[in-house]
Amino acid sequence: MSKVKTGGAASVQKKRSQGFTGTKKTLALLSMTLPGVIWLILLRYLPMFGIVLAFKDYRVYTKKPGVINNVLHSDWVGLKNFKFIFATSDAAVMIRNTICYNLVFILLGMVLAVSFAIMLNEVRSKLLAKSYQTLMFFPYFLSWVVASYFVLAFLDPTDGLIVHLQKAAGADVINWYNDPKPWPFLLVLANLWKNTGYSTILYLAAITGIDMTQYEAARIDGATKWQQIKYVTIPNLRSMIIILFIMNVGKIFNADFGLFYSVPMNSGPLYPATQVIDTYVYNALMATSNIGMSTAAGLLQNVVGFICVMTANSIVRRIDDDSSLF
Amino acid sequence: MKIKSHKLDNSVSLPAAVLINLILILFCAACILPFIFVMIISFTAEESIRQIGYSFTPIEWSLDAYRYVLELGDQLWRSYANSFIVTILGTFFSVLMVMMYSYALFRKDFKFRGFFTFFCFFTMLFGGGLAPTYIVCKNLLGLSDNYAALIVPGLLNPFNVIIMRTFFQTSVPDSLIEAAAIDGSGEYNTLFRIIVPIAKPGIATVSLLTALGYWNEWFIAMLYIRDAKYIPLQYLLMKMQNQVDFLVKNSAMIGAEAANIMSNLPKDSLRMALVVLIVIPIACAYPFFQRYIISGLTIGSVKG
Repeated sequence: MSKVKTGGAASVQKKRSQGFTGTKKTLALLSMTLPGVIWLILLRYLPMFGIVLAFKDYRVYTKKPGVINNVLHSDWVGLKNFKFIFATSDAAVMIRNTICYNLVFILLGMVLAVSFAIMLNEVRSKLLAKSYQTLMFFPYFLSWVVASYFVLAFLDPTDGLIVHLQKAAGADVINWYNDPKPWPFLLVLANLWKNTGYSTILYLAAITGIDMTQYEAARIDGATKWQQIKYVTIPNLRSMIIILFIMNVGKIFNADFGLFYSVPMNSGPLYPATQVIDTYVYNALMATSNIGMSTAAGLLQNVVGFICVMTANSIVRRIDDDSSLF
Repeated sequence: MKIKSHKLDNSVSLPAAVLINLILILFCAACILPFIFVMIISFTAEESIRQIGYSFTPIEWSLDAYRYVLELGDQLWRSYANSFIVTILGTFFSVLMVMMYSYALFRKDFKFRGFFTFFCFFTMLFGGGLAPTYIVCKNLLGLSDNYAALIVPGLLNPFNVIIMRTFFQTSVPDSLIEAAAIDGSGEYNTLFRIIVPIAKPGIATVSLLTALGYWNEWFIAMLYIRDAKYIPLQYLLMKMQNQVDFLVKNSAMIGAEAANIMSNLPKDSLRMALVVLIVIPIACAYPFFQRYIISGLTIGSVKG
């Protein structure tokens, strides 16, 4: 911070004109933030006032329709929207799904990615290592809509590869898009498929950054490969692993909408296994146009999510100040 | 090189190396096999699908799907064009905005630095939620059935501001800014003439991440686009999950001709052909720019 200010006595002459250039500089920098600020106000801060809708029964004000009039003239209903959400089993199911899936994604994703990164680091051929990296990075670049067709190719009720294999084997053919039972497994698989390569590459970057002399010292002391991994690689990755873990746990209330909406094709019978808070908020808004309930569920998610991230961040700051978000 | 010989010394045993390579090959295969499978289906004759379903080894190959894509491509080409327009315009404006905002946050002597940092990053932590945002965008800002609806919601991503600011911090020395100021260079001049050439890798990273985001975006379209004229590629594909004939309905053909085409449509392979057409540009381009994406994501992974 102080580097700039310790310029020394050379800047005495400059001082006189500083008042003027200082203002000019501030104005120029302010004008640079302006487009961003306008965007943030319109698309991020203005909707925050819409949170009142969680406590209202949103109706179109027929005398003079318009967003602001609609909001102002809708009746206050207190916590009715929240009560409605919790009156059915929906709330329990979507909260359970969101948290459980995220936990599994975080834990399995981490174990797999770290293992793959350690393996990838042992591949001596540059060409091979590069090819592996490129291939496993591929799914990261695709959208969930595209991925949903990949899943469809295997599970299509009439033509899917697995369905046909089942038929050929004489097994009972289930309609995969009607039966929620296999979906927890499928969704975990889909998520790992899409994200493991990407996290592997992140961990690999960290591993290649480890000081080689540490390995050399370990080897001179007679450490085997396993011992090197256990006593050099893992300890060096520890802070990154812990920080990513805590940060991800902080985001545990936010689900990956595309995975849960697009991959199961928003199929109703699958909701017990696929409904997460994000899809509930979307379906309440677009399918049933229940703006009050959608806002209420979204608000709940945001408040709990906010608390989680703040907690996570303060824990991270205690471990490693540089890695905290703010 | 010395290190290399040392590395060879420290290699894993041969059986372990074989095992490692085997595991990695299996995983890599799993990553790309679905796409290869979809590609095979797109070249499969409808008759083969009727008989043995989707298969890695179809009985009969065919180019029908692609022929139909060419024939009734009105909607498809329009969507292709929409995706390109939105990606290019969106990326340009987004990067410009992110660059200017990040530059102000990067300047340690900017009076309101703390405030604007908070103003931006707070939105990563808390927001109005989907429904209020939807109402504001659609009814108040008029983001509905136009290109702006596809571009504006993705313009500023705080995540990209973090990446860009970090790039500035690591590649631009403070003394350079001071020297520029002493030479009487204005802030805009400093940013665009001096900083931009230095921070090129950072700008490339943010541009690529933004372009990828726009190209793969379908949720925004699902919210704000009803008119087939503005549907981007990804959303077209999304719509065809439930309405295979969407493409035909929105082509120029009408009456008997359309009915005839509809009944002969290779529906299954056609959809998969569309998937292939969406993925191909990315599959061809990403091996060349993944380096930039990785550097950006390494910064972003820990922060945010």
